[in-house]
Amino acid sequence: MKHLTSINDLTRDDALSILELATEMHDVQNREVKKLPALRGRTIINLFFEDSTRTRSSFELAAKWLSADSINISAKGSSVSKGESLRDTLLTLDAMGIDAIVMRHAGSGSVHQARGWVRASMINAGDGTHEHPTQALLDAYSMGTDLEGKLVSITGDLLHSRVVRSNVLLLEKLGAKVVLVAPPTLMPPGVEHWAAEISHDFDAVLPDVDVCMMLRVQRERMQGGFFPSEREYIALYGLTPSRLARLKPDAKIAHPGPMNRGLEISSSAADDARSIVLNQVSAGVAVRMSVLYHLLAGES
Amino acid sequence: MNHVISGAALPDGTRTDLFVRDGVLVDEAPAGAERIDAEGLVVLPGLVDPHTHLREPGREDAETVASGSAAAARGGYTAVCAMANTRPVTDTAEKAEHVFDLGVSAGLVEVAPIGAITKGLAGAELAELALMHRSRAKVNMFSDDGACLMDAQLMRRALEWVKPFGGVIAQHSQDTNLAGASACCHESEISGRLGLDPWPPVAEAAIIARDVMLAEATGSRLHVCHISTAEGVEVVRWAKSRGIRVTAEVTPHHLLLGTERVEGYDTTFKVNPPLRTSEHITAVREALADGTIDMVGTDHAPHAPQDKDHAFVDARPGMLGLEQALAVVMEVLLDELGWEGVADRMSHAPAKLAGLVAQGRPLSVGEPASLVLVDPASRAVVDRAASSSLSRNNPYHGLELPDPVQLTMWRGKVTYQRG
Repeated sequence: MKHLTSINDLTRDDALSILELATEMHDVQNREVKKLPALRGRTIINLFFEDSTRTRSSFELAAKWLSADSINISAKGSSVSKGESLRDTLLTLDAMGIDAIVMRHAGSGSVHQARGWVRASMINAGDGTHEHPTQALLDAYSMGTDLEGKLVSITGDLLHSRVVRSNVLLLEKLGAKVVLVAPPTLMPPGVEHWAAEISHDFDAVLPDVDVCMMLRVQRERMQGGFFPSEREYIALYGLTPSRLARLKPDAKIAHPGPMNRGLEISSSAADDARSIVLNQVSAGVAVRMSVLYHLLAGES
Repeated sequence: MNHVISGAALPDGTRTDLFVRDGVLVDEAPAGAERIDAEGLVVLPGLVDPHTHLREPGREDAETVASGSAAAARGGYTAVCAMANTRPVTDTAEKAEHVFDLGVSAGLVEVAPIGAITKGLAGAELAELALMHRSRAKVNMFSDDGACLMDAQLMRRALEWVKPFGGVIAQHSQDTNLAGASACCHESEISGRLGLDPWPPVAEAAIIARDVMLAEATGSRLHVCHISTAEGVEVVRWAKSRGIRVTAEVTPHHLLLGTERVEGYDTTFKVNPPLRTSEHITAVREALADGTIDMVGTDHAPHAPQDKDHAFVDARPGMLGLEQALAVVMEVLLDELGWEGVADRMSHAPAKLAGLVAQGRPLSVGEPASLVLVDPASRAVVDRAASSSLSRNNPYHGLELPDPVQLTMWRGKVTYQRG
């Protein structure tokens, strides 16, 4: 395994191995001295063309706790507007002799394209509305080790979500059943071909799910006519207090963040005892340590 | 130079010798003529491209009128219609004459400038359409290609304005509300999976439907650029059945290449409208065969590497087409069209559309000696480096295709000969 640009880069065994090592890495996080020597001498660049708080800081901490040298580059605005091609930006960084580039970019497929240009390992920290594989890994980690046969609902703006594509691919590998819930305006084209059930009826799905994952819905989507009002969206697809009451007692509530409290998820749901939202954040560093270790520790 | 072309088969299959004197086909061998052995070859009237981007003025690093003319000759063309979206835009008589003169200087094909419909392609005010028509460039076709003229009232006015002089409005049919600037992949399972903004077929068909109604209401001529969808084809078929004055072109890439080409995010395959799926490819092939689609237009769109080496959504759309257009048409439709059909769709029909009176003529005595000699049997793997274009965004690179063009002659001058 040299790159992680899509969950499709991983076999089921690769994914299980990453999740297993993440458990060990999670222990490191609870130590007083959070430092392992595993990636000493390795250099990682966090190249973020889009804003990010949790993904970027967790990749940064993951690199530091594995003793890798890392630098952060914030390159807001497209390279097009700056007059440099994306390829040139990447070739420039690659020429410095680094080992890995963690990249986030608004263009779907851009991290995949970069694989063909550079010598370093490419790690996808979110490319447009395509994939966000480390998010899917930490989501699965937070959901619990054995997902075989579990029913996971993913509800929200699926059309503009990179998380959902990675999650569907990974959850299938891990044996979970997925049901995707969204209004027709927020379903990706061809979603009926994905390894998931499709529903427009959240209430019908809700009582059976083991994990109820909610995805962010941007208020600005109203302008595109994706939904008429917050009130109508919440009435149909929000995880409201009344829907919360109909979840199974042992169901988990997940949200990859950032949350729009009061829109796709009510505060009572976000703060419910069944919520694993903060576990997801906490798992972020451990899972990314495991990913960096898997990609970089093997080669010399 | 005078020529005797011996042994070529005409599009109807008749084997003949052609005699060329002073750029014209004559009925006997001129004294001292150079002999061209065309045994086993087919002779077609020189091809005419209704839709070429030559990039000059403005982006001479990607293509010039001279390099684009050379690529055209290499592809068997004797005329190209140069799209208006240069920098500056071809939206006045003076700018049209500039492009026309560059074509004359290059001297390899007839370069017929297409004028912008609106000033600066901005979609707000009509350009000086009649003055462009009256200029030395004799502009007959007008297009804001690259941008769809969304304003229905302005589209109606444009159709009305060009009607007295027989002009034609060529529309890039893309409803920009349904398929906006970031739309870059045919709406399909593939666009959903790749996370690329979808470009649905209805965005094309809805504009064609509106425009054919405007053409009917005004009695003016509409040309549909690069039609790519089964739905769009159905609208054109319906419009023709009503007697509406509409023509349509299809590109070689929409005849051959499917949406799956973009799965690796290779920006060579980013084009607007996007590559479609098999049901659409089948529909445009059938429509070109039955004449619903009148002609092939290459939409030859050279781009420098720095305009393609971006994330897929940010890369410029467009691909080369002049040098492989005939090969692609032979590959997918020669059996259905026959050589007479190929001559019609790639020479007669586009010449008529653009009002090029010395192009697309029959290969008979007294006509201009503008022709292409075609080897029907030769095949080769396309190499993007073997090109006269200044750009290398060739979507056929690595594919085995017919390799037909042996010699191109424009008004008696050999403009390309296989080395």
